[in-house]
Amino acid sequence: MTRLKAGGPAIAKQGILVAFIVFMIVFSLMSDRFLSADNMMSVFRQSAIIGVMALGVTIVVIGGNLDLSVGSMLSFATVLVVDLHDKIGPELAIPVMVLATLCLGAVNGFLIGVLRLNSLIVTLGMLSVIQGLVLIYSGGQNVDIADQRGTWFAIFGRGAVFGIATPIIIFGALALLFHVIMSMTAFGRRVYAVGGNPTASVFSGIPRSQVVFTTYLISALCVAIAAIILGSRVMGSQNTVGQGYELQVLAAVILGGTSLLGGAGSILKTVLGVLMLAFIQNGLILMGQPYYTQWLVTWVVIIVAVWLDVAAKRGRLFSPIA
Amino acid sequence: MSRLNDISVLRWLMRNPIWGFVLLIFVFFSLSADNFFDYRNFQNILVQTSTIGIIALGMTLVMINGNIDLSVGATLALAAAFAVDVQSWAAFATWGNWQILPAVCIALLVGILMGAINGFIVWKTGVDAFIVTLGAMLGIRGLVFVYTGESSFFATNFAYSDFSALSLGPLPVLAVIFLLCVMVVHWLLSRTVHGRNTYAVGGNREAAVNAGIRVGPHMILNFMIIGFLAALSGVLLSTQMGAATPNLGRDYELWVITAVVLGGTKLTGGKGDIIGTFGGVLAIGIMRNGMNLMQVPAFYVLVIIGAILIAVLFLDKRFNTSNDGGLRL
Amino acid sequence: MSSTQEAALRLQGIVKTFPGVRALDGVDFEVMPGEVHALLGENGAGKSTLMKVLAGMYQPDEGQIIIAGQPVRMTTPIEAKAQGVVLIHQELSLVPEMSAAENIYLGELPVKSFGRVDWKTLEERSNAILKRLKCSFRAEMTVARLSIANQQMVEIARALTVEARVVIFDEPTASLTDAEKVVLFDIINDLKARGVGIIYISHRMDEIFTLSDRITVLRDGAYRGTLITADTTEDDVTRLMIGRSLDLSRDEEPPSFGKTMLEVRNLTCPGLFEDVSFTVRTGEVVGFYGLVGAGRTEIAETLFGLRKAASGEILVDGEAVDIVSPRAAIAMGISLVPENRKEQGLVLQMNCRDNMTLPQIQDLTAGPFVSHGAELAIFDQYRDRLAIKTPSWRQSAGVLSGGNQQKIVIGKWLSMQPRVLIVDEPTRGIDVGSKSEIHQLLRELAAQGYAVIVISSEMPEVLRVSDRIVAMYHGRIMREFEIADVTEDTLVQAISGIKSEKTP
Repeated sequence: MTRLKAGGPAIAKQGILVAFIVFMIVFSLMSDRFLSADNMMSVFRQSAIIGVMALGVTIVVIGGNLDLSVGSMLSFATVLVVDLHDKIGPELAIPVMVLATLCLGAVNGFLIGVLRLNSLIVTLGMLSVIQGLVLIYSGGQNVDIADQRGTWFAIFGRGAVFGIATPIIIFGALALLFHVIMSMTAFGRRVYAVGGNPTASVFSGIPRSQVVFTTYLISALCVAIAAIILGSRVMGSQNTVGQGYELQVLAAVILGGTSLLGGAGSILKTVLGVLMLAFIQNGLILMGQPYYTQWLVTWVVIIVAVWLDVAAKRGRLFSPIA
Repeated sequence: MSRLNDISVLRWLMRNPIWGFVLLIFVFFSLSADNFFDYRNFQNILVQTSTIGIIALGMTLVMINGNIDLSVGATLALAAAFAVDVQSWAAFATWGNWQILPAVCIALLVGILMGAINGFIVWKTGVDAFIVTLGAMLGIRGLVFVYTGESSFFATNFAYSDFSALSLGPLPVLAVIFLLCVMVVHWLLSRTVHGRNTYAVGGNREAAVNAGIRVGPHMILNFMIIGFLAALSGVLLSTQMGAATPNLGRDYELWVITAVVLGGTKLTGGKGDIIGTFGGVLAIGIMRNGMNLMQVPAFYVLVIIGAILIAVLFLDKRFNTSNDGGLRL
Repeated sequence: MSSTQEAALRLQGIVKTFPGVRALDGVDFEVMPGEVHALLGENGAGKSTLMKVLAGMYQPDEGQIIIAGQPVRMTTPIEAKAQGVVLIHQELSLVPEMSAAENIYLGELPVKSFGRVDWKTLEERSNAILKRLKCSFRAEMTVARLSIANQQMVEIARALTVEARVVIFDEPTASLTDAEKVVLFDIINDLKARGVGIIYISHRMDEIFTLSDRITVLRDGAYRGTLITADTTEDDVTRLMIGRSLDLSRDEEPPSFGKTMLEVRNLTCPGLFEDVSFTVRTGEVVGFYGLVGAGRTEIAETLFGLRKAASGEILVDGEAVDIVSPRAAIAMGISLVPENRKEQGLVLQMNCRDNMTLPQIQDLTAGPFVSHGAELAIFDQYRDRLAIKTPSWRQSAGVLSGGNQQKIVIGKWLSMQPRVLIVDEPTRGIDVGSKSEIHQLLRELAAQGYAVIVISSEMPEVLRVSDRIVAMYHGRIMREFEIADVTEDTLVQAISGIKSEKTP
């Protein structure tokens, strides 16, 4: 068996950073436009929606659970906010949608945090339930906003502040906020503890149910914010718009080195994971490859990134299992 | 076991609650949906569920092993693309209807190969199967797009697209194949050494290793079986459609896992069987079919099946003794 | 056991190192056919490593394994089994959803054509073995539905599928009742009569003296000597094990007790413990002694709000309280250092400091943020006070030695300034040095006025740290002893359920 050298684990632990830098170098060598400010900005903007959702899912996963329902929750929130926009105006549509989405998060949180049901299956079931609710609500029709030029709602997806697109600002601000929460507050510490060892957390007086419940509320809140960006950018919504997002989001979180076992991971590395997926997509397209080659590259990158992580922990490259 | 009195039937239902549920909805739809209780409709249900059902059989093995496979939908699409495309390869131009044979064989081999790749990575890297197959779900879908160039393939050989309309005796051929797979996999899981080892590996991996079961190759074999079954399902689906589209089988992994979990297989491994999975598949099939006949929009089916999945989990937690010894954790 | 006879198994100079630890340091050991050879040593002395070497799970770095005169190499448990060496695991290694028969022949299921299991042969053979073990259940039963004792029988039955030369029992009686033990001892004697060499690992002196022919002692991974059981006493063995005579004397001021800090009245939790009443005063260490399963841990869990008592009262500092959760317990000044350090005590991947401050993290804030200064102050204080050896507070708790891990957990709860400190098995699985440090610490805590409860299954430990000893048996308090009045005999009687006339 190949034993890793002493310096190996330290590098492998930063595997995502190393891979990120390698990809950036390769792409900038292959394409002149890759490193241009315009291109960077457009990548950041495109990654904002998945990015914002990935922040919430990271917190759920650090807490030791999964959330597969974010995709259909995104459809739900987007359809709701777009549909209500014309009916009750954006100033009411946004809070109503956020509240409704938080309710869905609360259902997840109750089933998983309080009743202690398996998060993968609960959120898989919720994925189906919420998708059904969206279709029932919309009657299978796609929705859109009539006055796309006049509404101030456009600012979230199409606007810019000081020349920086609003989605980037929202994503950046949220990333910073959640990074601070996870690394500097008592709540963040408790999420790590509950994800790392739920039993020991209870033995330390941590209200485990409450912590897990809150992580799902945060995840739902992130979805609601992502839906505002998406709805505002598209000014309309298909009722299955979020389909498949749950797994892309999870891929970004995993790529960022957050362990599915819980208790380990970081918001900033998730941002790196999100950006990496976006840059792979962008770089390949700039190199003239069709968009779907990104999936092939992502396949390899995810497995290698997690493999290095696992290998660093066990101190050898290959699993010792016969 | 041959003496079937009331009590043993009840006990059997207690152990396989999904069949109680199947019975319940069967009676419900027979009474309330006009065209439900009809032999032709039963055939329909079997044919409609065969696609997800065949994959669910493989998923049962993989989940009893303590693994999971999220890449089955993509594998299905890749196999379907090969099955339809290879028929029109110049090499087989003169083979007549026999050109279907190499096409199907290649498609099935591709499925087995995809499974083997997943299994090999899980074995050698020690990365969780969830992550490995999540990656493969994206990657294999990428292969489908690369292979098809984003376009759909249409079957030019009519014998191929007519295949699904054939009947074998009283049953449509697709239903026959599905039932055959159910029986073979059930036999494999309950009667063969490999099948029994599947429980051992999932139930207590360390014990299995200590007993000399080669866990790695064992898991590869199960991933190859699910790859084969996903490919078979893809071939059958493409005969029904007479075509293969690059987006075929999206979200199927979610439906398959739902059916398997409804059937009582545990994500943690070591527990589950084909009888339960067959029940789970039928439950989904009957619900979809019955509600369709009652003109309930498909949306409600999504809500109801999701809710049932969560309810099953809840009841299971309620009635199966937990192992925390009554601690308030 | 003449010296001319060939040993069933002989180990010569076995060395096994792990990164940073020399787990086995030149161990010699032999077992003759028809001999029961006990292997003794404290936790961490290297017994389990030696067993894993014997069972083919570890490869020795140096030294030889000789079976029936032939040097062998065993790289897997299967090869070991083929050589006739079978290990009966301490933690049951069965597959719960499979039948007893399938478990007995796990990995070696008899095969017919097409890879089919030959059920008929399987069940015939398994039932024959179970019959030989005088088991009352059928091999077709699912293991999950068998009692722990019967599961252990399945584990033993596995050893009998081959012609075993050497059978290793690793703490086999840990979860058995007395009646089940008798059956087990019969089996061992039966194997012995058939000329099988038995290696018997246990902590329980009485068992070792009943069963064994010879005793070999390991300490700190090294061979310390072999004694002939018939010519030896428990004292001799203990001295070899801990390297000195057991010293129970205390060189401290006579303790002065304060007011009653904790009082428990008629506490009952059906099936776990019944009608339990006791008090703990400030400045006092009360030792709870009993066998595993006597209900001691469950009482601690109830006091800490992890279990709900069916009836009874708990008074803290004279006030009746209702403890509904660990949070409530903490708020009332009760701390619990739990039995299982790795599962209940620590978040292993978290760093030392964060583990230590976990229960009070929400109080260590400056504005919305956790104050690093306040956290570090607590960590530094208890690192120094408990002499915790760690290169930095950033070290994750999982990589520390057992002793230092335990000190982190103790520091975590001391930093809460508890009124009542409950310590469950404080020295399980930690080295001798840390062990005596922790004993010393518990005495100091009492001297500082803490009310301390120590739960322990080791008699020397309770005798050393307690001012008063509560002896429990099957969920009931059998007797209470003042430390001055206790003798080993009366204590053993009390925890074995033997009523003496003096029982209050």
